[in-house]
Amino acid sequence: MTNSDELIGSITFYQRFRIGESQWKLILYRFLSNPQGVVAIFGIGLLAFCAIFAAVIAPDPNAQDATARFLPPSWDHFFGVDQMRRDMFARTVYGLRISLLISFTSVAIGSSIGIIIGLVTSYIGGWVESVAMRFVDALLAFPGLLAALAIITILGPGIRNVGIAIAFFSIPSFTRLARGQMLSEKRNEYVVAAQTIGAGPVRVIFRHIGLNAIPPLITQVALFMSTAVLLEASLSFLGLGQQPPDPSLGGLISASKTFLRQAWWYPLFPGATLALLLVSLNLFADASNEATSPWVRR
Amino acid sequence: MLEFVLRRLIQTIPVLLITSIAVFLVVRLIPGDPADYLTSEDAPAGTYERIQSELGLDRPWPVQYFEWVGGVIRGDFGTSFRTKFTVSDLLKRSLPPSLELAAVSYVVAMAFGIPLGVMAGARPKSYWDWVLSIFTMTTIGIPNFLLGILMLWVFAVVLNWFPVAGYVSLFENPIEALWRLILPAITLGASQAAILARYTRTSVQESMGRDYIRTARSKGLSERVVIFRHGLRNALIPVVTIAGLQVGTLLSGVVIIETVFTRPGLGRTIIEAIQNRDYLVIQGMLLFLVTLYIAVNLAVDITYGFLDPRLRSAKND
Repeated sequence: MTNSDELIGSITFYQRFRIGESQWKLILYRFLSNPQGVVAIFGIGLLAFCAIFAAVIAPDPNAQDATARFLPPSWDHFFGVDQMRRDMFARTVYGLRISLLISFTSVAIGSSIGIIIGLVTSYIGGWVESVAMRFVDALLAFPGLLAALAIITILGPGIRNVGIAIAFFSIPSFTRLARGQMLSEKRNEYVVAAQTIGAGPVRVIFRHIGLNAIPPLITQVALFMSTAVLLEASLSFLGLGQQPPDPSLGGLISASKTFLRQAWWYPLFPGATLALLLVSLNLFADASNEATSPWVRR
Repeated sequence: MLEFVLRRLIQTIPVLLITSIAVFLVVRLIPGDPADYLTSEDAPAGTYERIQSELGLDRPWPVQYFEWVGGVIRGDFGTSFRTKFTVSDLLKRSLPPSLELAAVSYVVAMAFGIPLGVMAGARPKSYWDWVLSIFTMTTIGIPNFLLGILMLWVFAVVLNWFPVAGYVSLFENPIEALWRLILPAITLGASQAAILARYTRTSVQESMGRDYIRTARSKGLSERVVIFRHGLRNALIPVVTIAGLQVGTLLSGVVIIETVFTRPGLGRTIIEAIQNRDYLVIQGMLLFLVTLYIAVNLAVDITYGFLDPRLRSAKND
């Protein structure tokens, strides 16, 4: 609550919705009335469409069937052709597909585990919570890429292991966030009410507190998706992720380095795709932050 | 103050202990042990056991751990299984290029980030504020390895101003060395500058709204004095923390940028060691980097204590 004008503005805003209107509808409305949110939805939607329908819109990414090496962009090959007569459009789209798939699943798994640990341990409290938080502190002390490198060292290079590293890496920050949410919700009357009528701890944590604690975490999931995309691309760039001949955005950008003199389009299109993805995810996070916390103007 | 420094130093001991155990365990958790990799298929029976005892891998883990830590304290990180170089030799060879890159990038980040942040923070919604927003979005969208490739393409390939790859020691030929450092340092410094600028902006903006700024203005001081003498001094304390913590991200960045610009250094050594499963090297390098990171954090804490006396009391730990 920064000043009274904003507060009054928000109250009239709330009055446009009937009492009992779903919280989610309200958030969605606010999200969509923000131009940033709309741009983000378009960007992510476009990229997700390409990734999902990769097999329909693009040829086989590993097929070496272009007429020559290093063909510039044309109607036959939108993004040009690489050093092995492969279609760059197909390679970019399939690279995007693996990027999205790995980041999405690893963040989904990592955040779920992190949130569950955070909610449960801080609901229990006491030494359980202290021990969990010390672990979280220790894990967060490592700079991102170094932590991922340590995990890749154990598991060995490969795209699946990159996914595991990202999932593992995302657990502690979600645990800490969920704990914060739990601490601010735990003492509310509705929680005491639920406990009084005999709801068990599992029901209180997930049915009652969980649903209230989730909206602010959406922002974090979107932000972490962009961190995950970046980590995956960086590790693939270093040659520790997706192994050739299968394409990944980071791998394509890394491969382009050798052919900068022959093919200007080689780094350009995978790079632009990655940039669009990262910017869309960040705009999404910004918009959802504003939508889920109406009184906080940044 | 001395007590504060001592307390901070003592607090790092358990952290270092846990880190060293973690790094040690990371390497033990790798499926298959080094002796396995060094034993060829048609080696006579008993070769595996011989190699294992040569490397000391047949002894219990705690014994191995204390031997390793004992060595590290004496400066002996062990010897690479693959290349037969000692890890300390590898460190000595790969540290200078990385430090040069990190230091110059850091200077770039500070030189661009802090002034930009101050301009944008002192005048919200101005031209500079707008420049900062664009700059931030650009560094978010273009990760450092992509920026590196684009820089190589524009400045080394198309314009041909800089060499594409390679390294010259700063002590052998300073001018040539700096010339080759420009592209990598700007690449690595850019994203750091954006982060630094954003924090500086918030901090300056906050401090410019305080009562003492109004007092300074009403005294009739010039705007320049108000911003630099009164606003900036207080605003820079949190910036010191961020600048310190960024050394960690800088270390991660060095690993990537060295690969982009084909420079020798810690990054290349680590990536090669991971690809070759060269355990003692990974173990030594990880321990070194994490220790460096912890040391930097400690230094930041102590600097902070100097700048803000309130933090020296034991209650705030």
